Amino acid sequence: MQMYKKPTNQQEYEENFALKNPLMDATEAKVESARCLFCYDAPCIKACPTGIDIPLFIKQILTENTIGAGRTTYATNWLANACGTICPTGVLCEGACVYRKRNQPPVQIGRLQQIAAQALIRSDYKAWHKADPTGKRVAIIGAGPAGIACASELRTLGHEVHIYEAKDRPSGLIIHGVAPYKITNASVLEEIDYLHKQLGFVLHYNHPIDQKTQIQNLESDFDAIFLGVGLDKTRLPSLPGISMQGVVGAVEFIEDFKNQKHQKDVPKEVIVIGGGNTAMDAASECARMGAQVSLVYRRPKSQMGAYEFEWQLAYRSGVRTIFSASPIEVLGDKVVRGVRFAKTISEGGHLRILADTEFELGAQLLILATGQHKQLHLFDLIDGLELDAQSRIIINEGYQTTNPKYFAGGDAVNGGAEVVHAVRDGKAAAIQMHRLMVER
Amino acid sequence: MPDLSIDFAGIKAPNPFWLASAPPTNSGYQIMKAFEAGWGGAVWKTLGLPTINVSSRYGSLNYGDRRMAGFTNIELITDRPLSDNLREMEEVKKYFPDHAVIASLMVNSRSEWHQIIADVQNAGADGIELNFGCPHGMCERGMGSAVGQEPEVLRTIVEWVMEVAKVPVITKLSPNISHIIDPGLAAAQGGTDAISLVNTFKSIIGLDIRNFAPYPIVDGFGTNGGYCGPAVKPIALHMLKELAQHPDIGHLPLSGIGGIETWRDVVEFILLGAKSVQVCTAVMHYGFGIVREMESGLRQYMEEMEFGSIEDFCGKALPQVREWKDLNLKYQVKAKIDTNKCIQCDLCYIACEDGAHQAIRLQANKRLPEIIEENCVGCNLCSIVCPVEHCIEMVRTDDGTQNRSWAQLEENGEAPDSFDDPRAGGVGHYVPKPTDALKKLT
Repeated sequence: MQMYKKPTNQQEYEENFALKNPLMDATEAKVESARCLFCYDAPCIKACPTGIDIPLFIKQILTENTIGAGRTTYATNWLANACGTICPTGVLCEGACVYRKRNQPPVQIGRLQQIAAQALIRSDYKAWHKADPTGKRVAIIGAGPAGIACASELRTLGHEVHIYEAKDRPSGLIIHGVAPYKITNASVLEEIDYLHKQLGFVLHYNHPIDQKTQIQNLESDFDAIFLGVGLDKTRLPSLPGISMQGVVGAVEFIEDFKNQKHQKDVPKEVIVIGGGNTAMDAASECARMGAQVSLVYRRPKSQMGAYEFEWQLAYRSGVRTIFSASPIEVLGDKVVRGVRFAKTISEGGHLRILADTEFELGAQLLILATGQHKQLHLFDLIDGLELDAQSRIIINEGYQTTNPKYFAGGDAVNGGAEVVHAVRDGKAAAIQMHRLMVER
Repeated sequence: MPDLSIDFAGIKAPNPFWLASAPPTNSGYQIMKAFEAGWGGAVWKTLGLPTINVSSRYGSLNYGDRRMAGFTNIELITDRPLSDNLREMEEVKKYFPDHAVIASLMVNSRSEWHQIIADVQNAGADGIELNFGCPHGMCERGMGSAVGQEPEVLRTIVEWVMEVAKVPVITKLSPNISHIIDPGLAAAQGGTDAISLVNTFKSIIGLDIRNFAPYPIVDGFGTNGGYCGPAVKPIALHMLKELAQHPDIGHLPLSGIGGIETWRDVVEFILLGAKSVQVCTAVMHYGFGIVREMESGLRQYMEEMEFGSIEDFCGKALPQVREWKDLNLKYQVKAKIDTNKCIQCDLCYIACEDGAHQAIRLQANKRLPEIIEENCVGCNLCSIVCPVEHCIEMVRTDDGTQNRSWAQLEENGEAPDSFDDPRAGGVGHYVPKPTDALKKLT
């Protein structure tokens, strides 16, 4: 079902991609912050991966100490604005809000956090005391959430930090992979700019680390190295016809789309394959570009990796979902014109294709949200870096890899989680690196 | 159906809801509109010597996201010509002969009082209210609260008034005094027909903390204002009760004023002896229509309680307001938590732990609170902070057969009388060791 008209200009694009959680105005913030009960040992704090003192910053908003509120959020979370905007709060802080126990809507913690974080960012307030220089130098590979958090924390501890980023802008997936109705790129960049200006880590853009000599140089130039490299390109399944024109990976599609916006050519019919958050985002985005979108997931709805609210978002933007159907073949002649599927049944975790259930869907664009590769090329260059069975970097409790010079966090370690987990990892790893560097 | 009409010292009104002398009664237009909306009476904004008002006159005490929990003004008595007010008063009475129109007055000399009383009586006022209360501006000119704070002066002026008054006289008291009995008694001795209270409280509502000036700000400066609104109700109720219980004052009709906004406020004032109530801040916040809520609630209450008239329950709570020494020390309540209703905010736990008597613990590894019976002194705090209706109730635990007050203990020589007397209350109560506080932090 088509619910959006294809946007033809910037204004129509912005209407179709209006922010899901827009910034509250001061009055709304006052009313919402007054709802917070200031629970003892509040469950929302425990539900936040970065342990933000949520009741405190909400009380600070209520008492019009919004800069103080901002400082509270950044005290434990270096991307407080991004997290307040894109966190799946319904399953984290807001999921733990005690109001839910009496079937009332939880306090809108995420939206209040945006108020707090943005107040600090816009005040340009010097909120951090930087320790005296330690003389230690740290290299960070990847300017994503983990890398930026790690860099920020290390700077407050007095270390010199250089971040090497393959792309031309910071913040990784938040810019390239998060749907535009969740956060604007401007808002993401504003936060990083603020941290950059306040804390003074050095950013090297367009600087991929993919050669052994680079690794050798880093190892000799720096006291420690943090790997915040995230994941690589989409891992395309082996299907007949998969290399046809019009078949793309979801991450690549979203990145391209966020750059081109309404000028991106999205055809009339789109098939998205996958059941994770990225699949939902890609499907929602195409629907908001005026396409008829079929989202096909090989397992039943209950096994979807995406949160219910993400699926709802796709569903309400007109995406048709088909569960328990697996692609058999990409149809077309050099250019994709559809996909043949067969229904599946899940038996004890294993999928079985059901005979005589094949069907075809037409599409001029096939988007595969079937998981991403790991950054294996880079990992191969690092001596002694061990990976687990799923090619995730193995770390100890101190975020240290099996090569003691290297630390790691974020998606490269957990295989793909929320931004907030990467932010937590980056900060925690920095504290451990600091401990080892100054103790050494 | 309950009868809401009242006869207040001879002033008749269809209901006890009166507008207090204030900005909402500044003109005949406003008062007619109020009567149309359902108000039973109005005390005209104080007439008197000419004034000039400042711009920037009101200030608000906000609480959380709620506006006007308290309110202040530095506006003076009417700045409109007396003749305009008198003409409009006459017109209002023509349209609303059965509603109470009371003229609030504030002048200086005996002759001025006599003149203005004659004027308002000619205009058809049903009664007169003497403004001895304004704590800002007028008091600097020897009027308002300057009179209310000097019982002798107050009595003299009441006597001047009574010399010529043909309609009932209500003396309005200032609360800016330690003992409200003193001016109350002076008014009674001066021969007043009734008393109304309270006027506003001398106050500073708040500061502009970046510019170091009090609100409301007039060109960079401010002055003390008259404080009113919901937050002053408890103080007003107490002063009302003081007068109502006094043997030489309590016989006078009393008009209750101070933070009245809802039907429940109205009932509380009546139960402590008010025969009519006067309202200002609630109207300044919500308009005259707020009276619909008051009237509906009052009627519902009277029907449920089977009160036929205001008289039926006026002062009905007074016998239950005693001195502390006459309260039963054997009465015992303890908190009871309904864990099915509990939403686990644990405000009860931390309130009791930090703010009271350490009588609530959290069940091991859970957020569910439970009462430590032997520590619970029945203070009510947990039931007050709990955000869920009826989740924590205070339940009586004594058998109701014993009654012993401090007064009785003293009478029988049983009261503790030395510092470490074993008969004192807190002896034997559980209190954690001071150093236990440090363990909890680790």
